[in-house]
Amino acid sequence: MSLALRTFATTHEASAALSQDGARYLGGGTLLVRAVNEGDIATTGYVRTTDPALSDIEVSDQRVRIGASTTMSSIISSGDLATISGAAKAVGGPAIRNMATVGGNLFAPAPYGDFTVALLALGAMVHTTGGDMGIVDFLDRRDDFAKPSGKGAIVTAVSFDIPAANSFRFVKVSRVKPKGVSVLSIAAAIQADPQGEVSAARIALGCMADRPMRAMAAEKALIGAPLTKAGIADAVAVIVAGTDPITDPVASAWYRSEVLPVHFGRLLLG
Amino acid sequence: MARVPVQFSLNGDERAEFIESGTTLFHALRDTMGDTSPKGGCQQGTCGACSVIVDGELRLSCLTLAESCEGATIETTAGLGRDGVLHPVQRAILDGFATQCGFCTPGMVMAAKALLDQTPNPTREDVVEAISGNICRCTGYEPIINAVLAAARSNSQNAG
Repeated sequence: MSLALRTFATTHEASAALSQDGARYLGGGTLLVRAVNEGDIATTGYVRTTDPALSDIEVSDQRVRIGASTTMSSIISSGDLATISGAAKAVGGPAIRNMATVGGNLFAPAPYGDFTVALLALGAMVHTTGGDMGIVDFLDRRDDFAKPSGKGAIVTAVSFDIPAANSFRFVKVSRVKPKGVSVLSIAAAIQADPQGEVSAARIALGCMADRPMRAMAAEKALIGAPLTKAGIADAVAVIVAGTDPITDPVASAWYRSEVLPVHFGRLLLG
Repeated sequence: MARVPVQFSLNGDERAEFIESGTTLFHALRDTMGDTSPKGGCQQGTCGACSVIVDGELRLSCLTLAESCEGATIETTAGLGRDGVLHPVQRAILDGFATQCGFCTPGMVMAAKALLDQTPNPTREDVVEAISGNICRCTGYEPIINAVLAAARSNSQNAG
């Protein structure tokens, strides 16, 4: 059985339509249509908007605002976003990347949502029809947005400072090459002073909880340390602190915890 | 369920049909428009067997709603061969024995065509990446990769 699709010209009209029981917002379809195909009976209808602003990428003074309907392929092909294109390339195969949106990725449960790991490390702002919020707050509250007839708010964009090429690192670890579901992913936004010591760090982890999470203990341990094997040792030692990894057919929680320090160390020294 | 009109170009033919609102492109093509070349594998966006090209971009028809394709140009494997002449990718797959059970083949063909449309002279890595969203459970990847590279060479020779 198919579910009726209602299309609106603006996000605010679409947002209002979400107040109907069971109506869900349709982005690229890679999460919602998939869930319906799998038999999700909580969804009783699709709501979408054709507002072109949701597909815009606006860059101003090294800050970018990416519309929520922007696809991973659009990010990869945007010359302004070359430093984070690796995180977009980590999402699915070519067809998925042509469909999967930035807004949708914010809602992807582990082991998916690799791009959101990058957004978390970059300290992105999430813009919604109900207001703006930091990505940490958004991730804490995203279940309220995602459930049928949630708060009726739609994510319209994300924004963040575009990192310098040498200050952002990302890795997705999977068992199938070149594409496979994540064992884990790590994003690191690191600033170093002229002496080469870390002055600021934001580390984000994917698959180490039910949604992307900060590695606060490792961030703290990196401050003042040089990016050498000895310098990062304390951060590597505490990278699993506070994690609660998922267990799925790709890897057990135990395996994820065991390999995280190895890949974190490689990412910092690479 | 309300029936709604959809209109798009399918393999060069303008098609207008009524479908149930919310129908996936996969079901609209197969059940309403009679194009059974997209195959239904997982219906989860994982296997790639339902891959089609929409406005030049590879997409998964199982996760695409037909109504979102209003006015689009859609290509499927069924439309590639013309007047009894196979598309170079189809020809190369046939010549290279790059099918086993054949279920993944239509999706592989569309993924390969999408690649060659954008990158006429791909590297092996390009081909591997291009078909990375398509699963062959017979595990016949090597002949498929070689066939796509052969199709690219064939295109280059014909262009030259």
